[in-house]
Amino acid sequence: MAVAAPSPPPQGQAAASAGNDTLRVTDAQGDPRQPGGDHIFRWLSLTAVLVMMATLLGLVLSLVSGGWMALSHFGISFFTTSTWDPVADQYGAAAPIVGTLITSFLALLLALPVAIGVAVFLVEICPQMIARWLAIAVELLAGIPSIVYGMWGLFVLAPWFAAHVQLPLMMAVTPGSWLETLISGVPNGANIFTASLILAVMILPYIAAILRELLMSVPSHMREAAYGLGCTQREVVMRIMLPYVRKSAIGAVMLGLGRALGETMAVTFIIGNSHNFPGSLFDSGSTISSTIANEFTEATGDMHISALIALGLVLFLITFATIATARLLLGRGGPK
Amino acid sequence: MTASKPTNANFDRFLHARRKLYNYIFLGLTGLATAIALAALALILETLVVKGVAGLDIHVFTMSQPAPDMAGGLLNAIVGSLIMCAIGMVIALFVGILAGTWLAEYGDGTKLATVVRFLNDILISAPSILIGLFVYELLVRPFHGFSAAAGGVALALLAMPVATRATEDIMRMQPNALREAGMALGANRGHVIRSIIWRASKSGLMTGALLSFARISGETAPLLFTSLGNPFLSYKLTQPMASMPTTIFQFAMSAYDDWQRLAWAGALLIAVAVLTTNIIGRALTRGSTHK
Amino acid sequence: MLKQIIIGAGLAVTLTGAAHADNFTGAGATFPAPVYTAWAQAYKGATGNELNYQAIGSGGGIRQIEAKTVDFGATDKPLKIEDLNKNGLSQFPTVVGGIVPIVNLPGVNPGQLHLTGDIIANMYLGRVTRWNDPAITRINPGLRLPGLPVTVVHRSDGSGTTFIFTTYLAHKSQAWANTVGANDSVNWKTGLGGKGNDGVAAFVKQTPGSIGYVEYIYSRKDKVTYALVQNAVGQFPQPNGGAFAAAAASAPWGKIPGNYIMLIDQPGRNAWPISGATFILVPKNPENPARAAAVLRFFDWAYKTGDKTAIGLDYVPLPGPVKDLIRRQWSNEIKAGGRPVYNGH
Repeated sequence: MAVAAPSPPPQGQAAASAGNDTLRVTDAQGDPRQPGGDHIFRWLSLTAVLVMMATLLGLVLSLVSGGWMALSHFGISFFTTSTWDPVADQYGAAAPIVGTLITSFLALLLALPVAIGVAVFLVEICPQMIARWLAIAVELLAGIPSIVYGMWGLFVLAPWFAAHVQLPLMMAVTPGSWLETLISGVPNGANIFTASLILAVMILPYIAAILRELLMSVPSHMREAAYGLGCTQREVVMRIMLPYVRKSAIGAVMLGLGRALGETMAVTFIIGNSHNFPGSLFDSGSTISSTIANEFTEATGDMHISALIALGLVLFLITFATIATARLLLGRGGPK
Repeated sequence: MTASKPTNANFDRFLHARRKLYNYIFLGLTGLATAIALAALALILETLVVKGVAGLDIHVFTMSQPAPDMAGGLLNAIVGSLIMCAIGMVIALFVGILAGTWLAEYGDGTKLATVVRFLNDILISAPSILIGLFVYELLVRPFHGFSAAAGGVALALLAMPVATRATEDIMRMQPNALREAGMALGANRGHVIRSIIWRASKSGLMTGALLSFARISGETAPLLFTSLGNPFLSYKLTQPMASMPTTIFQFAMSAYDDWQRLAWAGALLIAVAVLTTNIIGRALTRGSTHK
Repeated sequence: MLKQIIIGAGLAVTLTGAAHADNFTGAGATFPAPVYTAWAQAYKGATGNELNYQAIGSGGGIRQIEAKTVDFGATDKPLKIEDLNKNGLSQFPTVVGGIVPIVNLPGVNPGQLHLTGDIIANMYLGRVTRWNDPAITRINPGLRLPGLPVTVVHRSDGSGTTFIFTTYLAHKSQAWANTVGANDSVNWKTGLGGKGNDGVAAFVKQTPGSIGYVEYIYSRKDKVTYALVQNAVGQFPQPNGGAFAAAAASAPWGKIPGNYIMLIDQPGRNAWPISGATFILVPKNPENPARAAAVLRFFDWAYKTGDKTAIGLDYVPLPGPVKDLIRRQWSNEIKAGGRPVYNGH
């Protein structure tokens, strides 16, 4: 996803676009022109808008109607229990929901400092000639298909992580300590933490690109005034530039979070797919998307299918809440 | 600053040195962050390129997918992806450009437009797997069959909001002088939009199209439930059709070395296609916005 | 610009090509996927008809044939006669294979480790937690087993392989039958979930001290370490075509309605205890008789000419008399308008 420049403030558009489309202009003979053609086009474009809204509505309705059976049957226990038993038709979604939230927020935690660092480096510190190329390089990360991340995670990151992080830690830690419980888990690299790592690498370019655009939009007179007073780069960035973009930046961060919440392929390969509630960071878990992807085409019981669609509804609601907050904070000043 | 404090020179030097130290640490950290990002890119690209090139040969483009232990390529998946992306793009651009036009021209300033913009952003970020579920219930179950058409529709639903957003953004950037000039010449609103504003936004619209393509060409999850897959080359829209991401998914998880090699080759092809369209899109945007 | 795109797309879309004679779609089990895809390639070469087989898991095969989105479903988990009748389906087997436990133990080579169903069940229940547990060392006197913790790997997707495996465990361990049961997707007490046979094999390869279960060919191709399992007469046969055939030899073909045959723990000196047939589901009164005939024609062709391919991939073809029996079942059961859909050509 490339990034467009923020829209310039509207310049006196109000008059032209206030919906007054029946301009009484006369034609060559002096008779008033008929706006017939304009009506068709206007309604055509409005229909397109309605089609899109109908899609969203249809999506929500299908999720609600499909998931209703499971939600009404299990009620609140759907969210609080973690027994996922297709044999006994007992479905508790606590594990995938928690897995989704943990991986996404952990990914954000890992990606955010790096993204801020990258954006600041590219805007303030790096010579602009190199910065252009580096920016393209960082955006290359965004262009890599998610399935490649999944494959790289399973075949490269997981074994490396198991051999170089998990095993040494497990050997070095004292048995019975709280640290041991924190890192307990099968030493094969397929766990919540590595899934979060992959997600962090995936959302890093989005956040960095938006932050970079936002930082570039800081009026130069403010920066120059600060430098003129003798501030170091750190002070200019931390005291002037970041606070200036803070509100929009938070919105950008939430967009990155939204992306992490919905990611399916990269996570499915590497999270270990266990329906048990994760006991530690290095324990395998599952997310809502990976559960649906794994089980949907094969679920045969009606309750099983309904439980999966209910999971989808939960994911939609979580994403909706995140994006809604992002939009409110970001306003319309942000690129995609 | 220290202007108003009666201090001695040593204290001043200390403060100054501390600020300089913090600054160096700061520079170091940002440089480190960039190095980390670049390192991640290098690691992933290295694996992708090394393994992808190892799997590439002319067969990849000329033969359809093989049975285990037989020669073959990705032709059916490449063609399938192109067809379904084309269907998706046509639908998405048709609806998206019109919707974006409405948002930028007719509806601008109305409450409905604000709501529509908000909902459009929700659609952009909707998890693609849910779109796949939706299209399965809509187009696969009732018609008793997986189909390329369903896959195309799923991709269209993913790309539509991106196209809408891009169209609206670029059209709003066009100066009002253009609109006023057109209307002063006697054209009605629709005519002004189609002949003048669209033409002026051409490169922006092209960027929107490229971004939509980049969005959908790597998507796997929605296609799993709609177009299923097909080991043979097929052009039929009412039958299942192969696609690059689903074939790669199937091959990557398989036990066969040659299937895995093809999976990496396919992954490389998708990555190259997406990156190329992104770069072209960026180049066009830079060309049209004069900073 | 938009116009050009539309015209171009329209041209691409109308390239539907001439109608192929008989193309049909099947979906389901991953267990026989290698042999079905090999047969499909050869069938296309011989007749020009295309079979599109998608390995989405046995549960997927059952679900999609019930929803009638595919022309046949493939499943390793046979449906009982009541379910067949409820959905108007007919079921027949195609080949026999085996499920093999694979392990990752330093110092242990393929075919060396001996296990029993009870021990495996206890591992998957989380009761046996170390590889040097006395239960294991007792039956492996010549082997030095490390004290590694046991990590079990199972399937994360619904699978007939899981069904056969859990049926075997339920058969050998009362505790398993009581707490977990047998199905294509169960509530595993412990362990990691891998997607597909490959996901399981990949996890086992990467995790020292792990055990998983895969369809036989995946244990060969991936060069993982397979273990031997004690059969009904106390022997530890090597898993191969001969062992699976021995398990199939004493099965009561044709005597069970709906062909619900399980090859678990069959008697026979060389019989592999975790064997299973894999099945095809077709509608009894198909809405599209021509398509249904195409499906049966394909499997008839496979029965006649596909044995060599199957054996090459380490599956066991059905005995000749069983194939004739199935052909008779086709004529009797799969009808449209009162007449058999397929009767030999």
